[in-house]
Amino acid sequence: MKARVFVTLKPGVLDPQGKAIHHALEGLGFSGVNDVRAGKLIELDVDDGTTDSDLEEMCRKLLANTVIENFRIERLANA
Amino acid sequence: MKTAVIVFPGSNCDRDLAVALEQVTGRAPAMVWHKESGLPDGIDFIGLPGGFSYGDYLRSGAMAARSPVIRAVIDAANRGVPVLGVCNGFQVLTETGLLPGALMRNAGLNFVSRPVALSVENSQSLFTSGYNAGETIRIPVAHHDGNFHADDETLDRIEGQGRVAFRYAEEVNGSARRIAGILNDTGNVLGMMPHPERAIEPAHGSTDGRRLFEGLLETVA
Repeated sequence: MKARVFVTLKPGVLDPQGKAIHHALEGLGFSGVNDVRAGKLIELDVDDGTTDSDLEEMCRKLLANTVIENFRIERLANA
Repeated sequence: MKTAVIVFPGSNCDRDLAVALEQVTGRAPAMVWHKESGLPDGIDFIGLPGGFSYGDYLRSGAMAARSPVIRAVIDAANRGVPVLGVCNGFQVLTETGLLPGALMRNAGLNFVSRPVALSVENSQSLFTSGYNAGETIRIPVAHHDGNFHADDETLDRIEGQGRVAFRYAEEVNGSARRIAGILNDTGNVLGMMPHPERAIEPAHGSTDGRRLFEGLLETVA
């Protein structure tokens, strides 16, 4: 089974990388971009018996730093 | 004083820290590889060096904070053994939870490598007794992820408890409240982005870092 973990900065945490990407988009002439936040996507290939709480524990213990980041887990069916 | 320096793959200030410790204590530290499951007996001080442990994979310090030796470092810290994390070592300490907050990408996005002015905020700790409170010292920084972040409640708490050891006396990396180094609540763990081990001899341009180790030697030995 495959699972995707999206790690994003918590609201209110400054994101200098997102800001730089935003400026670069504006520099390329794209208008109407109001804000950019950069995050991470981590794809896991796990045993079928892996539970939601197993995945959450992986996120809390390593994949995300919950001081500054939120995470969201997405299980991929038939993958 | 018997000291130890933890060495991770990608550490690059481990030898600088070892030289500083040997000069000040008269005894070479034990260099402890990250795969060790324990520390040598009778260690009075543990240093986590600067560098780019595990290539900064995932987040700076994240992998090192889960390495085998860290369990022994956490146990020692909880027993009151002084632990100093410099630069990447500070990042590792926040990732273990021994220190609050997190170190994020510098606000200006650039790697910053230069001597900076620091204000000594707390001269009563194990690590800072060699300084006077309010004194300005010069110590180099060299980091990309030194932007200290914590929520306002945490910042108020660590400031209220006198746990800010050093503050930048100039804008460096966007750190909340210009925090450069913090102590844990029992005062035996210090994390700081500036490199005191790079300001030991006159040839380094400053000897202000030496007093940190001298102060430590005096309080611990």
